Amino acid sequence: MTQLPAAHSKADPYQIPTPTANSASKAMLLTVQQLQKDYQTRQGTFTAFTDINLQIHAGEVVCLLGASGCGKSSLLLTIAGLQSANQGEIFLQGDRLNVPHPQIGLVFQQAALLPWLTVWQNIAFGLQLKQMSQLSRSEVRSRISAAISSVHLQGFERAYPHQLSGGMAQRVALARSLARQPKLLLLDEPFSALDAITRLEMQKLLLAVIQQHHSTVLLVTHDIDEALLLGDRVLLMSRHPGRIHREWIVSQPKPRFQHAHLLTELRLEIFTELSTLISPDL
Amino acid sequence: MAQSLPATAIRPLRVPLPLWGLAIGALVWWIFTTPLWYSDPIRVDFSPERTFVALVQLLSTGAIVPHVIDSLRRVLVGLLAAIAIGVPLGILLGLSRPLDQATSALFQFIRMISPLSWMPIAVMVLGIGDLPVYFLLTIAAVWSLILNTSAGVAAVDRRWLLLSKSLCATQWETISRVIIPAIIPHLLTGVRLAIGIIWIVLVPAEMLGVSAGLGYYILDTRDRLAYSELMAVILIIGTIGYCLDTSLRVAYRRWAHQR
Repeated sequence: MTQLPAAHSKADPYQIPTPTANSASKAMLLTVQQLQKDYQTRQGTFTAFTDINLQIHAGEVVCLLGASGCGKSSLLLTIAGLQSANQGEIFLQGDRLNVPHPQIGLVFQQAALLPWLTVWQNIAFGLQLKQMSQLSRSEVRSRISAAISSVHLQGFERAYPHQLSGGMAQRVALARSLARQPKLLLLDEPFSALDAITRLEMQKLLLAVIQQHHSTVLLVTHDIDEALLLGDRVLLMSRHPGRIHREWIVSQPKPRFQHAHLLTELRLEIFTELSTLISPDL
Repeated sequence: MAQSLPATAIRPLRVPLPLWGLAIGALVWWIFTTPLWYSDPIRVDFSPERTFVALVQLLSTGAIVPHVIDSLRRVLVGLLAAIAIGVPLGILLGLSRPLDQATSALFQFIRMISPLSWMPIAVMVLGIGDLPVYFLLTIAAVWSLILNTSAGVAAVDRRWLLLSKSLCATQWETISRVIIPAIIPHLLTGVRLAIGIIWIVLVPAEMLGVSAGLGYYILDTRDRLAYSELMAVILIIGTIGYCLDTSLRVAYRRWAHQR
């Protein structure tokens, strides 16, 4: 079997186009410029991440990889508009973002399902808010059915969250985001709380969902394999403060589950880089 | 060889533990009041034998029914008023830490004043009749609702609030569709405590110049020296209070199971 060119890396800093320039902003779905987030602590100011420049094209899956505490989840929450940045700007299709946007879907590490609602009602919750465009009842029903079908949860519509396994709960959380048909899907370590087998199942499911919905995804993970199996690009973050340290483009066609051995070399390279970042002297 | 009996035949009859407690209480009551060995006419009027006769009479003639209805009406009005004041205030306090801090000393101060201490002021300001009773019941019950509601809001899972924000919910949508459903167990606990307090305060409150109600009826039986009826009314008060508490407990369990 011929080995495919699995990846190539880009160490050069990004050339950020001006978001207001039509040609550039239309090509990009998300543009992040010079983003920085500081927290005030008792010890003083703590910078979670700084100098973050990022561009994501429509239909692209970008994985943000890094050790715990490198600021990747904090960066994702900032892009989602759940916290404000101290410096920098975020643009979604050229529009500046500083609050949550209906076209951005977010899936948390924990499913965060509302326990008094059934699976169906949890998915419907996101569709019945004022900020969403007014949908007819039949459209709401069809969107929920399609989302449930995408995550293979038919038959569990009337189940309550406490009756679901961790993997099923996370599928409902994914369906809740998908039903809103977001332009950008932000996933914050969505499978990290699952066991290895369920995680693999969920990764396959997510890949199928991404292909079905032509989703644009920014996935935060600390799992190199997950990043390599799902991502078109892998961004490695350094910490204290968090910065994008290096980028790899994974060009091997998806699905990659049966050809994971082709990614071994790249995996080793990322692993070595990550090890150096965590403890440079060892 | 004799054939052994099936296990079900020899199993002793199981009496639920709460019934044991009630039975022992009734036995103690009977021992200290029974006309079998006491001859004091006042003491034996309090005995279970005479009380049950009076109870049957009260229920069969329907004489107690208007008083029960009046008392339950006052409980309902007092509870609704306490909920109408306590729940929104509790939500506000739960959402706003500065407001919570600003009011905590004041509320703790007022909360520690016995509701019955307000009686003279209530009569002076509101006159006699139902209004001062409603006032006393409301001021007695409102604190458990405020405190439980604000504790419930403070305990709402942060992830649900973050989720609501990420879905672009308005503040009202977050309150009505996330916070209020999330605090229902706390609310039910608050309502249960409130009903208990209201029921306790009701009897002395109904001694405030009203002409019907279980509290009024207690005073009436005392004035008529009808002690067996007085005991019968006490039994009715206890039974209704127990039923109210049990219904709230069942509602709480149902909600908790649904979660």
